[in-house]
Amino acid sequence: MSGLVLHRGISAHRIGAMILRYWYLLLSSWPRLLELLYWPTMQVITWGFLQTYVAQNANFFARAGGTLIGAVILWDILFRGQLGFSISFLEEMWARNLGNLMMSPLKPIEFLLALMVMSLIRLAVGVIPMTLLALFLFHFNFYGLGLPLIAFFCNLIFTSWSVGIFVSGLVLRHGLGAESIVWTLMFALMPLACVYYPVKVLPHWLQHVSWTLPPTYVFEGMRSLLIDQVFRTDLMVSALLINAVLLLASFAAFLALLNSARRHGSLLGGGE
Amino acid sequence: MAQNDTDQDANLARSAAADPAGPAAIEVSRLVKVYKKTRAVDDVSFRIARGSITGLLGGNGAGKTTTIAMIMGLVLPTSGHVEVLGHPMPQQSAEVLGRMNFESPYVDMPMRLTVRQNLTIFGRLYAVENLTERIARLACDLDLNEFIDRPNGKLSAGQKTRVALAKALINQPELLLLDEPTASLDPDTADWVREHLQTYRKAHDATILLASHNMLEVERLCDRVIILKRGRIEDDDSPDGIMARYNRATLEEVFLDVARGRVRETEP
Repeated sequence: MSGLVLHRGISAHRIGAMILRYWYLLLSSWPRLLELLYWPTMQVITWGFLQTYVAQNANFFARAGGTLIGAVILWDILFRGQLGFSISFLEEMWARNLGNLMMSPLKPIEFLLALMVMSLIRLAVGVIPMTLLALFLFHFNFYGLGLPLIAFFCNLIFTSWSVGIFVSGLVLRHGLGAESIVWTLMFALMPLACVYYPVKVLPHWLQHVSWTLPPTYVFEGMRSLLIDQVFRTDLMVSALLINAVLLLASFAAFLALLNSARRHGSLLGGGE
Repeated sequence: MAQNDTDQDANLARSAAADPAGPAAIEVSRLVKVYKKTRAVDDVSFRIARGSITGLLGGNGAGKTTTIAMIMGLVLPTSGHVEVLGHPMPQQSAEVLGRMNFESPYVDMPMRLTVRQNLTIFGRLYAVENLTERIARLACDLDLNEFIDRPNGKLSAGQKTRVALAKALINQPELLLLDEPTASLDPDTADWVREHLQTYRKAHDATILLASHNMLEVERLCDRVIILKRGRIEDDDSPDGIMARYNRATLEEVFLDVARGRVRETEP
Protein backbone atom coordinates (compact mmCIF):
# COMPACT_ATOMS: atom_id res chain seq x y z
CA MET A 1 0.00 0.00 0.00
CA SER A 2 1.71 3.15 -1.15
CA GLY A 3 1.01 6.45 -2.81
CA LEU A 4 2.07 10.05 -2.85
CA VAL A 5 0.81 11.66 0.34
CA LEU A 6 0.11 15.37 0.28
CA HIS A 7 -0.51 17.57 3.31
CA ARG A 8 -1.98 15.82 6.42
CA GLY A 9 -2.67 12.47 4.82
CA ILE A 10 -4.22 13.83 1.61
CA SER A 11 -3.31 11.35 -1.10
CA ALA A 12 -2.59 12.47 -4.67
CA HIS A 13 -3.05 8.81 -5.63
CA ARG A 14 -6.69 8.78 -4.55
CA ILE A 15 -7.38 12.19 -6.10
CA GLY A 16 -5.85 10.87 -9.33
CA ALA A 17 -8.09 7.78 -9.14
CA MET A 18 -11.19 9.97 -8.97
CA ILE A 19 -10.02 12.17 -11.86
CA LEU A 20 -9.41 9.01 -13.88
CA ARG A 21 -12.95 7.86 -13.05
CA TYR A 22 -14.48 11.05 -14.50
CA TRP A 23 -12.07 11.03 -17.44
CA TYR A 24 -13.15 7.50 -18.37
CA LEU A 25 -16.76 8.65 -18.13
CA LEU A 26 -16.23 11.68 -20.39
CA LEU A 27 -14.46 9.57 -23.00
CA SER A 28 -17.16 6.91 -22.92
CA SER A 29 -20.00 9.32 -23.67
CA TRP A 30 -20.07 11.67 -26.68
CA PRO A 31 -23.35 13.34 -25.52
CA ARG A 32 -21.51 14.44 -22.37
CA LEU A 33 -18.70 15.96 -24.45
CA LEU A 34 -21.17 17.60 -26.83
CA GLU A 35 -23.08 19.11 -23.93
CA LEU A 36 -19.87 20.77 -22.72
CA LEU A 37 -19.44 22.52 -26.07
CA TYR A 38 -23.01 23.19 -27.16
CA TRP A 39 -24.30 25.81 -24.73
CA PRO A 40 -21.14 28.00 -24.55
CA THR A 41 -21.07 28.06 -28.36
CA MET A 42 -24.71 29.15 -28.55
CA GLN A 43 -24.07 31.82 -25.91
CA VAL A 44 -21.11 33.39 -27.64
CA ILE A 45 -22.82 33.43 -31.05
CA THR A 46 -26.02 35.04 -29.73
CA TRP A 47 -24.29 37.64 -27.58
CA GLY A 48 -21.60 38.28 -30.17
CA PHE A 49 -24.19 39.31 -32.76
CA LEU A 50 -26.00 41.41 -30.17
CA GLN A 51 -22.74 43.17 -29.34
CA THR A 52 -22.10 43.80 -33.04
CA TYR A 53 -25.58 45.26 -33.49
CA VAL A 54 -25.38 47.48 -30.40
CA ALA A 55 -21.87 48.69 -31.30
CA GLN A 56 -23.11 49.75 -34.74
CA ASN A 57 -25.86 51.86 -33.19
CA ALA A 58 -24.44 53.27 -29.96
CA ASN A 59 -21.28 55.33 -29.53
CA PHE A 60 -20.64 54.11 -26.00
CA PHE A 61 -20.59 50.45 -26.98
CA ALA A 62 -18.53 51.18 -30.05
CA ARG A 63 -15.95 52.67 -27.67
CA ALA A 64 -16.27 49.86 -25.13
CA GLY A 65 -15.95 47.06 -27.63
CA GLY A 66 -16.12 43.60 -26.13
CA THR A 67 -17.79 44.40 -22.80
CA LEU A 68 -20.84 42.27 -23.61
CA ILE A 69 -19.01 39.36 -25.16
CA GLY A 70 -16.30 39.55 -22.47
CA ALA A 71 -19.01 39.45 -19.81
CA VAL A 72 -20.60 36.42 -21.50
CA ILE A 73 -17.31 34.52 -21.48
CA LEU A 74 -16.50 35.44 -17.87
CA TRP A 75 -20.04 34.53 -16.78
CA ASP A 76 -19.62 31.19 -18.51
CA ILE A 77 -16.40 30.58 -16.59
CA LEU A 78 -18.32 31.18 -13.37
CA PHE A 79 -21.37 29.12 -14.35
CA ARG A 80 -19.55 26.28 -16.15
CA GLY A 81 -16.99 26.07 -13.35
CA GLN A 82 -19.77 25.38 -10.87
CA LEU A 83 -21.63 23.02 -13.22
CA GLY A 84 -18.40 21.13 -13.98
CA PHE A 85 -17.92 20.61 -10.26
CA SER A 86 -21.53 19.74 -9.45
CA ILE A 87 -22.21 17.48 -12.44
CA SER A 88 -19.21 15.32 -11.60
CA PHE A 89 -20.66 15.03 -8.11
CA LEU A 90 -24.13 14.25 -9.48
CA GLU A 91 -22.65 11.47 -11.63
CA GLU A 92 -21.94 9.62 -8.37
CA MET A 93 -25.52 10.09 -7.22
CA TRP A 94 -26.95 8.99 -10.58
CA ALA A 95 -24.65 5.94 -10.62
CA ARG A 96 -25.51 5.09 -6.96
CA ASN A 97 -21.74 4.96 -6.40
CA LEU A 98 -21.52 7.35 -3.46
CA GLY A 99 -21.73 4.54 -0.86
CA ASN A 100 -18.77 2.81 -2.49
CA LEU A 101 -16.74 6.02 -2.31
CA MET A 102 -17.75 6.89 1.24
CA MET A 103 -16.76 3.40 2.38
CA SER A 104 -13.39 3.61 0.63
CA PRO A 105 -10.32 5.37 2.08
CA LEU A 106 -11.19 8.44 -0.06
CA LYS A 107 -11.45 11.47 2.24
CA PRO A 108 -14.04 14.23 1.70
CA ILE A 109 -11.30 16.79 1.00
CA GLU A 110 -9.76 14.48 -1.63
CA PHE A 111 -13.17 14.00 -3.23
CA LEU A 112 -13.67 17.79 -3.38
CA LEU A 113 -10.16 18.37 -4.78
CA ALA A 114 -10.86 15.83 -7.54
CA LEU A 115 -14.14 17.62 -8.34
CA MET A 116 -12.23 20.93 -8.54
CA VAL A 117 -9.76 19.49 -11.03
CA MET A 118 -12.65 18.06 -13.06
CA SER A 119 -14.38 21.43 -13.11
CA LEU A 120 -11.20 22.90 -14.68
CA ILE A 121 -11.03 20.11 -17.27
CA ARG A 122 -14.72 20.44 -18.19
CA LEU A 123 -14.36 24.21 -18.28
CA ALA A 124 -11.41 23.98 -20.65
CA VAL A 125 -13.37 21.71 -23.01
CA GLY A 126 -16.29 24.17 -23.09
CA VAL A 127 -14.71 27.61 -22.83
CA ILE A 128 -11.52 27.40 -24.93
CA PRO A 129 -13.49 26.73 -28.17
CA MET A 130 -15.87 29.53 -27.07
CA THR A 131 -13.01 32.05 -26.86
CA LEU A 132 -11.64 30.95 -30.25
CA LEU A 133 -15.10 31.39 -31.77
CA ALA A 134 -15.31 34.90 -30.30
CA LEU A 135 -11.94 35.70 -31.88
CA PHE A 136 -12.75 34.41 -35.36
CA LEU A 137 -16.38 35.53 -35.60
CA PHE A 138 -16.35 38.82 -33.68
CA HIS A 139 -12.63 39.75 -33.51
CA PHE A 140 -12.76 39.78 -29.71
CA ASN A 141 -9.46 38.47 -28.36
CA PHE A 142 -10.34 37.25 -24.89
CA TYR A 143 -6.67 36.46 -24.20
CA GLY A 144 -5.89 40.09 -25.10
CA LEU A 145 -7.09 40.93 -21.58
CA GLY A 146 -3.58 39.86 -20.63
CA LEU A 147 -2.42 39.18 -17.09
CA PRO A 148 -5.61 40.59 -15.47
CA LEU A 149 -7.37 37.63 -17.07
CA ILE A 150 -5.57 35.35 -14.58
CA ALA A 151 -6.97 37.39 -11.67
CA PHE A 152 -10.47 37.37 -13.19
CA PHE A 153 -10.30 33.64 -13.86
CA CYS A 154 -9.01 32.68 -10.41
CA ASN A 155 -11.63 34.74 -8.60
CA LEU A 156 -14.48 33.36 -10.72
CA ILE A 157 -13.35 29.76 -10.39
CA PHE A 158 -12.98 30.10 -6.60
CA THR A 159 -16.57 31.39 -6.37
CA SER A 160 -17.81 28.60 -8.64
CA TRP A 161 -16.15 26.00 -6.40
CA SER A 162 -17.69 27.53 -3.27
CA VAL A 163 -21.16 27.34 -4.80
CA GLY A 164 -20.41 23.85 -6.17
CA ILE A 165 -19.26 22.55 -2.78
CA PHE A 166 -22.32 24.00 -1.04
CA VAL A 167 -24.90 22.62 -3.50
CA SER A 168 -23.17 19.23 -3.54
CA GLY A 169 -23.59 19.16 0.23
CA LEU A 170 -27.28 19.96 -0.17
CA VAL A 171 -27.73 17.12 -2.68
CA LEU A 172 -25.80 14.77 -0.40
CA ARG A 173 -28.13 15.60 2.47
CA HIS A 174 -31.45 15.84 0.61
CA GLY A 175 -30.89 13.41 -2.26
CA LEU A 176 -31.62 13.93 -5.94
CA GLY A 177 -34.78 15.84 -5.02
CA ALA A 178 -32.44 18.82 -4.54
CA GLU A 179 -30.80 18.34 -7.95
CA SER A 180 -32.50 21.38 -9.52
CA ILE A 181 -30.53 23.65 -7.16
CA VAL A 182 -27.39 22.62 -9.02
CA TRP A 183 -28.74 24.11 -12.25
CA THR A 184 -30.42 27.21 -10.84
CA LEU A 185 -28.57 28.58 -7.82
CA MET A 186 -25.94 30.45 -9.82
CA PHE A 187 -28.68 32.33 -11.72
CA ALA A 188 -29.81 33.83 -8.41
CA LEU A 189 -26.41 35.55 -8.30
CA MET A 190 -26.59 36.83 -11.86
CA PRO A 191 -28.59 40.07 -11.35
CA LEU A 192 -26.67 40.90 -8.17
CA ALA A 193 -23.22 40.17 -9.62
CA CYS A 194 -23.85 42.87 -12.28
CA VAL A 195 -22.64 40.73 -15.15
CA TYR A 196 -23.85 43.01 -17.97
CA TYR A 197 -24.23 46.40 -16.24
CA PRO A 198 -22.31 48.44 -13.66
CA VAL A 199 -23.11 48.25 -9.95
CA LYS A 200 -24.23 51.89 -9.91
CA VAL A 201 -27.33 50.85 -11.92
CA LEU A 202 -28.65 49.02 -8.84
CA PRO A 203 -30.66 50.79 -6.12
CA HIS A 204 -28.31 52.10 -3.43
CA TRP A 205 -29.30 49.54 -0.79
CA LEU A 206 -28.87 46.65 -3.24
CA GLN A 207 -25.36 47.81 -4.12
CA HIS A 208 -24.23 46.81 -0.60
CA VAL A 209 -25.52 43.30 -1.23
CA SER A 210 -23.86 43.21 -4.63
CA TRP A 211 -20.46 44.09 -3.17
CA THR A 212 -20.58 41.01 -0.92
CA LEU A 213 -20.25 38.80 -4.03
CA PRO A 214 -16.76 38.25 -5.50
CA PRO A 215 -18.01 38.08 -9.15
CA THR A 216 -19.22 41.71 -8.84
CA TYR A 217 -15.59 42.79 -8.38
CA VAL A 218 -14.54 40.77 -11.43
CA PHE A 219 -17.21 42.17 -13.77
CA GLU A 220 -16.55 45.72 -12.55
CA GLY A 221 -12.84 45.07 -13.04
CA MET A 222 -13.42 43.82 -16.58
CA ARG A 223 -15.45 46.91 -17.50
CA SER A 224 -12.80 49.15 -15.98
CA LEU A 225 -10.16 47.39 -18.07
CA LEU A 226 -12.09 47.43 -21.36
CA ILE A 227 -13.64 50.90 -21.08
CA ASP A 228 -11.03 52.90 -19.13
CA GLN A 229 -8.00 50.64 -19.78
CA VAL A 230 -7.35 50.54 -16.00
CA PHE A 231 -6.69 47.34 -14.09
CA ARG A 232 -8.17 47.66 -10.57
CA THR A 233 -5.91 45.59 -8.28
CA ASP A 234 -7.96 46.71 -5.26
CA LEU A 235 -11.06 45.03 -6.69
CA MET A 236 -9.22 41.76 -7.29
CA VAL A 237 -7.72 41.69 -3.79
CA SER A 238 -11.15 42.33 -2.22
CA ALA A 239 -12.65 39.53 -4.33
CA LEU A 240 -9.86 37.17 -3.30
CA LEU A 241 -10.44 37.87 0.40
CA ILE A 242 -14.19 37.27 0.13
CA ASN A 243 -13.52 34.12 -1.89
CA ALA A 244 -11.23 32.77 0.84
CA VAL A 245 -14.03 33.22 3.38
CA LEU A 246 -16.60 31.67 1.01
CA LEU A 247 -14.43 28.62 0.30
CA LEU A 248 -13.86 27.95 3.99
CA ALA A 249 -17.56 28.45 4.75
CA SER A 250 -18.66 26.15 1.92
CA PHE A 251 -16.26 23.42 3.03
CA ALA A 252 -17.55 23.69 6.61
CA ALA A 253 -21.13 23.55 5.28
CA PHE A 254 -20.29 20.47 3.18
CA LEU A 255 -18.89 18.64 6.22
CA ALA A 256 -21.91 19.63 8.31
CA LEU A 257 -24.31 18.42 5.58
CA LEU A 258 -22.31 15.18 5.21
CA ASN A 259 -22.64 14.57 8.94
CA SER A 260 -26.33 15.37 8.77
CA ALA A 261 -26.68 12.88 5.87
CA ARG A 262 -24.97 10.26 8.05
CA ARG A 263 -27.34 10.99 10.92
CA HIS A 264 -30.41 10.74 8.67
CA GLY A 265 -29.19 7.69 6.74
CA SER A 266 -29.30 9.59 3.40
CA LEU A 267 -26.04 8.03 2.18
CA LEU A 268 -27.71 4.62 1.96
CA GLY A 269 -30.32 5.79 -0.52
CA GLY A 270 -29.43 8.98 -2.30
CA GLY A 271 -32.69 8.81 -4.24
CA GLU A 272 -35.51 11.27 -4.38
CA MET B 1 -32.43 -36.25 31.03
CA ALA B 2 -31.57 -36.49 27.33
CA GLN B 3 -33.46 -33.23 26.75
CA ASN B 4 -31.50 -31.58 29.59
CA ASP B 5 -28.21 -32.70 28.01
CA THR B 6 -29.26 -31.26 24.66
CA ASP B 7 -30.22 -27.98 26.33
CA GLN B 8 -26.91 -27.84 28.17
CA ASP B 9 -24.93 -28.61 25.01
CA ALA B 10 -26.87 -25.97 23.13
CA ASN B 11 -26.26 -23.39 25.87
CA LEU B 12 -22.54 -24.20 25.99
CA ALA B 13 -22.32 -23.91 22.22
CA ARG B 14 -24.22 -20.62 22.46
CA SER B 15 -21.84 -19.09 24.95
CA ALA B 16 -18.88 -20.09 22.78
CA ALA B 17 -20.40 -18.70 19.59
CA ALA B 18 -22.01 -15.59 21.04
CA ASP B 19 -19.07 -14.60 23.21
CA PRO B 20 -16.07 -15.63 21.15
CA ALA B 21 -12.57 -15.56 22.57
CA GLY B 22 -9.65 -13.84 20.85
CA PRO B 23 -9.32 -10.37 19.35
CA ALA B 24 -12.49 -8.81 18.01
CA ALA B 25 -12.91 -7.65 14.42
CA ILE B 26 -16.12 -5.83 15.33
CA GLU B 27 -17.33 -4.76 18.73
CA VAL B 28 -20.74 -3.16 19.01
CA SER B 29 -22.11 -2.00 22.32
CA ARG B 30 -25.56 -0.66 23.18
CA LEU B 31 -26.11 0.54 19.63
CA VAL B 32 -29.28 2.56 19.04
CA LYS B 33 -30.51 4.24 15.87
CA VAL B 34 -33.69 6.28 15.90
CA TYR B 35 -35.15 7.75 12.69
CA LYS B 36 -37.73 10.32 13.79
CA LYS B 37 -40.04 8.08 15.87
CA THR B 38 -38.81 4.71 14.58
CA ARG B 39 -36.21 2.76 16.56
CA ALA B 40 -34.48 0.99 13.65
CA VAL B 41 -31.81 -0.48 15.96
CA ASP B 42 -32.57 -0.81 19.64
CA ASP B 43 -29.81 -1.47 22.15
CA VAL B 44 -27.81 -3.99 20.13
CA SER B 45 -24.50 -5.36 21.46
CA PHE B 46 -22.27 -8.05 20.01
CA ARG B 47 -18.64 -8.93 19.48
CA ILE B 48 -17.35 -10.69 16.38
CA ALA B 49 -14.11 -12.63 16.51
CA ARG B 50 -11.50 -12.22 13.83
CA GLY B 51 -11.57 -14.97 11.22
CA SER B 52 -15.24 -15.85 11.76
CA ILE B 53 -18.25 -15.70 9.47
CA THR B 54 -21.31 -14.25 11.18
CA GLY B 55 -24.79 -13.95 9.73
CA LEU B 56 -27.23 -11.20 10.59
CA LEU B 57 -30.68 -12.65 10.11
CA GLY B 58 -34.01 -10.93 10.22
CA GLY B 59 -37.04 -9.96 8.21
CA ASN B 60 -37.54 -6.70 6.37
CA GLY B 61 -37.08 -3.75 8.71
CA ALA B 62 -35.34 -5.86 11.36
CA GLY B 63 -32.37 -3.46 11.41
CA LYS B 64 -29.75 -5.52 9.55
CA THR B 65 -28.80 -2.92 6.94
CA THR B 66 -28.80 -0.07 9.47
CA THR B 67 -26.56 -2.08 11.80
CA ILE B 68 -24.10 -2.83 8.98
CA ALA B 69 -24.23 0.82 7.82
CA MET B 70 -23.35 1.97 11.35
CA ILE B 71 -20.44 -0.47 11.47
CA MET B 72 -19.20 0.97 8.17
CA GLY B 73 -19.67 4.55 9.37
CA LEU B 74 -22.22 5.37 6.64
CA VAL B 75 -24.87 6.00 9.31
CA LEU B 76 -24.17 7.65 12.67
CA PRO B 77 -25.70 5.91 15.69
CA THR B 78 -28.09 7.83 17.93
CA SER B 79 -26.20 6.30 20.83
CA GLY B 80 -23.82 3.43 21.48
CA HIS B 81 -20.35 2.55 20.35
CA VAL B 82 -18.83 0.73 17.37
CA GLU B 83 -15.25 -0.47 17.17
CA VAL B 84 -13.82 -1.99 13.99
CA LEU B 85 -10.42 -3.74 13.94
CA GLY B 86 -9.64 -2.03 17.24
CA HIS B 87 -10.60 1.50 16.13
CA PRO B 88 -13.71 3.48 17.14
CA MET B 89 -15.99 4.28 14.21
CA PRO B 90 -16.47 6.71 12.61
CA GLN B 91 -13.88 8.76 14.54
CA GLN B 92 -10.93 6.67 13.35
CA SER B 93 -12.43 5.43 10.09
CA ALA B 94 -9.31 6.53 8.18
CA GLU B 95 -7.35 3.86 10.07
CA VAL B 96 -9.57 0.99 9.00
CA LEU B 97 -11.38 1.79 5.73
CA GLY B 98 -8.42 0.54 3.69
CA ARG B 99 -8.48 -2.78 5.58
CA MET B 100 -12.15 -3.52 5.04
CA ASN B 101 -14.59 -3.57 2.13
CA PHE B 102 -18.25 -4.20 1.44
CA GLU B 103 -20.90 -5.19 -1.04
CA SER B 104 -24.49 -4.05 -0.88
CA PRO B 105 -27.57 -3.95 -3.11
CA TYR B 106 -27.92 -0.28 -2.10
CA VAL B 107 -24.94 0.74 -4.20
CA ASP B 108 -23.85 0.17 -7.79
CA MET B 109 -20.68 0.67 -9.71
CA PRO B 110 -20.55 3.25 -12.53
CA MET B 111 -22.51 1.77 -15.43
CA ARG B 112 -20.68 3.35 -18.35
CA LEU B 113 -17.25 2.28 -17.14
CA THR B 114 -15.96 -1.15 -18.09
CA VAL B 115 -15.32 -3.77 -15.43
CA ARG B 116 -11.57 -3.27 -15.83
CA GLN B 117 -11.89 0.53 -15.49
CA ASN B 118 -14.03 0.18 -12.37
CA LEU B 119 -11.61 -2.24 -10.75
CA THR B 120 -8.68 0.01 -11.69
CA ILE B 121 -10.30 3.00 -10.00
CA PHE B 122 -11.23 1.15 -6.83
CA GLY B 123 -7.81 -0.51 -6.77
CA ARG B 124 -6.21 2.94 -6.88
CA LEU B 125 -8.54 4.28 -4.19
CA TYR B 126 -7.46 1.40 -1.97
CA ALA B 127 -3.80 1.90 -3.02
CA VAL B 128 -3.50 -1.73 -4.12
CA GLU B 129 0.04 -2.66 -5.08
CA ASN B 130 0.63 -4.51 -8.37
CA LEU B 131 -2.89 -3.58 -9.40
CA THR B 132 -2.74 -5.05 -12.90
CA GLU B 133 -1.77 -8.45 -11.48
CA ARG B 134 -4.42 -8.18 -8.77
CA ILE B 135 -7.15 -7.47 -11.32
CA ALA B 136 -5.93 -10.35 -13.48
CA ARG B 137 -6.03 -12.66 -10.42
CA LEU B 138 -9.57 -11.58 -9.50
CA ALA B 139 -10.72 -11.88 -13.10
CA CYS B 140 -9.43 -15.43 -13.11
CA ASP B 141 -10.83 -16.36 -9.65
CA LEU B 142 -14.25 -14.83 -10.27
CA ASP B 143 -14.45 -15.74 -13.94
CA LEU B 144 -14.66 -12.14 -15.20
CA ASN B 145 -12.41 -12.42 -18.26
CA GLU B 146 -15.25 -12.94 -20.71
CA PHE B 147 -16.72 -9.50 -19.95
CA ILE B 148 -13.89 -7.55 -18.31
CA ASP B 149 -13.83 -4.91 -21.07
CA ARG B 150 -17.62 -4.56 -21.23
CA PRO B 151 -19.41 -1.61 -19.51
CA ASN B 152 -20.87 -2.53 -16.14
CA GLY B 153 -24.33 -1.47 -17.33
CA LYS B 154 -24.34 -4.16 -20.01
CA LEU B 155 -23.86 -7.07 -17.60
CA SER B 156 -26.43 -9.53 -16.30
CA ALA B 157 -27.39 -9.50 -12.60
CA GLY B 158 -25.13 -12.48 -11.92
CA GLN B 159 -22.16 -10.91 -13.71
CA LYS B 160 -22.70 -7.62 -11.83
CA THR B 161 -22.67 -9.48 -8.52
CA ARG B 162 -19.38 -11.11 -9.42
CA VAL B 163 -17.93 -7.71 -10.35
CA ALA B 164 -19.20 -6.22 -7.07
CA LEU B 165 -17.56 -9.10 -5.25
CA ALA B 166 -14.31 -8.46 -7.15
CA LYS B 167 -14.48 -4.81 -6.04
CA ALA B 168 -15.11 -5.94 -2.45
CA LEU B 169 -12.05 -8.19 -2.59
CA ILE B 170 -9.75 -5.84 -4.52
CA ASN B 171 -7.82 -4.77 -1.40
CA GLN B 172 -7.82 -8.27 0.16
CA PRO B 173 -9.80 -6.97 3.14
CA GLU B 174 -9.38 -8.30 6.64
CA LEU B 175 -13.05 -7.52 7.21
CA LEU B 176 -15.77 -8.01 4.63
CA LEU B 177 -19.31 -6.68 5.15
CA LEU B 178 -21.89 -8.15 2.83
CA ASP B 179 -25.51 -7.10 2.60
CA GLU B 180 -27.58 -9.71 0.74
CA PRO B 181 -24.58 -10.93 -1.30
CA THR B 182 -26.60 -13.44 -3.32
CA ALA B 183 -29.90 -11.58 -3.68
CA SER B 184 -31.41 -11.91 -7.19
CA LEU B 185 -28.94 -14.59 -8.23
CA ASP B 186 -29.84 -17.95 -9.69
CA PRO B 187 -29.07 -20.91 -7.37
CA ASP B 188 -25.98 -21.92 -9.34
CA THR B 189 -24.36 -18.46 -9.24
CA ALA B 190 -25.38 -18.00 -5.59
CA ASP B 191 -23.76 -21.30 -4.69
CA TRP B 192 -20.67 -20.33 -6.60
CA VAL B 193 -20.44 -16.98 -4.72
CA ARG B 194 -20.80 -18.74 -1.34
CA GLU B 195 -18.06 -21.16 -2.25
CA HIS B 196 -15.78 -18.30 -3.20
CA LEU B 197 -16.44 -16.49 0.08
CA GLN B 198 -15.55 -19.60 2.04
CA THR B 199 -12.34 -20.03 0.08
CA TYR B 200 -11.43 -16.38 0.63
CA ARG B 201 -12.06 -16.57 4.37
CA LYS B 202 -9.88 -19.66 4.70
CA ALA B 203 -7.07 -18.27 2.54
CA HIS B 204 -6.89 -14.87 4.26
CA ASP B 205 -8.25 -15.62 7.72
CA ALA B 206 -10.73 -12.84 6.98
CA THR B 207 -13.74 -11.88 9.05
CA ILE B 208 -17.07 -11.80 7.25
CA LEU B 209 -20.31 -10.28 8.48
CA LEU B 210 -23.24 -10.86 6.18
CA ALA B 211 -26.86 -9.85 6.28
CA SER B 212 -29.15 -12.23 4.46
CA HIS B 213 -32.67 -13.49 4.01
CA ASN B 214 -31.33 -16.72 2.61
CA MET B 215 -31.40 -19.23 5.46
CA LEU B 216 -29.62 -21.94 3.51
CA GLU B 217 -26.80 -19.51 2.82
CA VAL B 218 -26.47 -18.56 6.48
CA GLU B 219 -26.66 -22.20 7.59
CA ARG B 220 -23.95 -23.20 5.16
CA LEU B 221 -21.56 -20.25 5.59
CA CYS B 222 -21.84 -18.98 9.13
CA ASP B 223 -20.18 -20.03 12.38
CA ARG B 224 -22.61 -17.83 14.20
CA VAL B 225 -26.02 -16.30 13.63
CA ILE B 226 -27.45 -13.15 15.16
CA ILE B 227 -31.21 -12.92 14.70
CA LEU B 228 -32.65 -9.41 14.73
CA LYS B 229 -36.29 -8.58 15.16
CA ARG B 230 -37.67 -5.04 15.28
CA GLY B 231 -34.16 -3.68 15.87
CA ARG B 232 -33.32 -5.96 18.81
CA ILE B 233 -31.29 -9.14 19.10
CA GLU B 234 -33.76 -12.00 19.33
CA ASP B 235 -31.16 -14.76 19.43
CA ASP B 236 -27.42 -15.18 19.05
CA ASP B 237 -25.72 -18.53 18.68
CA SER B 238 -24.19 -21.04 16.28
CA PRO B 239 -26.67 -22.26 13.62
CA ASP B 240 -26.77 -25.70 15.31
CA GLY B 241 -27.30 -24.17 18.74
CA ILE B 242 -30.21 -22.04 17.53
CA MET B 243 -31.86 -24.93 15.68
CA ALA B 244 -31.50 -27.16 18.77
CA ARG B 245 -33.03 -24.53 21.01
CA TYR B 246 -36.02 -24.06 18.75
CA ASN B 247 -36.13 -27.81 18.16
CA ARG B 248 -36.12 -27.21 14.41
CA ALA B 249 -34.24 -28.94 11.60
CA THR B 250 -33.53 -25.85 9.53
CA LEU B 251 -32.87 -22.14 10.11
CA GLU B 252 -35.77 -21.43 7.77
CA GLU B 253 -38.13 -22.98 10.31
CA VAL B 254 -36.46 -21.03 13.11
CA PHE B 255 -36.84 -17.84 11.10
CA LEU B 256 -40.55 -18.47 10.67
CA ASP B 257 -40.90 -19.17 14.40
CA VAL B 258 -39.17 -15.88 15.21
CA ALA B 259 -41.09 -13.91 12.59
CA ARG B 260 -44.42 -15.28 13.79
CA GLY B 261 -43.60 -14.90 17.46
CA ARG B 262 -43.53 -18.62 18.33
CA VAL B 263 -41.59 -19.32 21.52
CA ARG B 264 -38.36 -21.30 21.42
CA GLU B 265 -38.11 -24.63 23.23
CA THR B 266 -35.45 -23.52 25.72
CA GLU B 267 -34.58 -20.05 26.91
CA PRO B 268 -30.94 -19.10 26.38
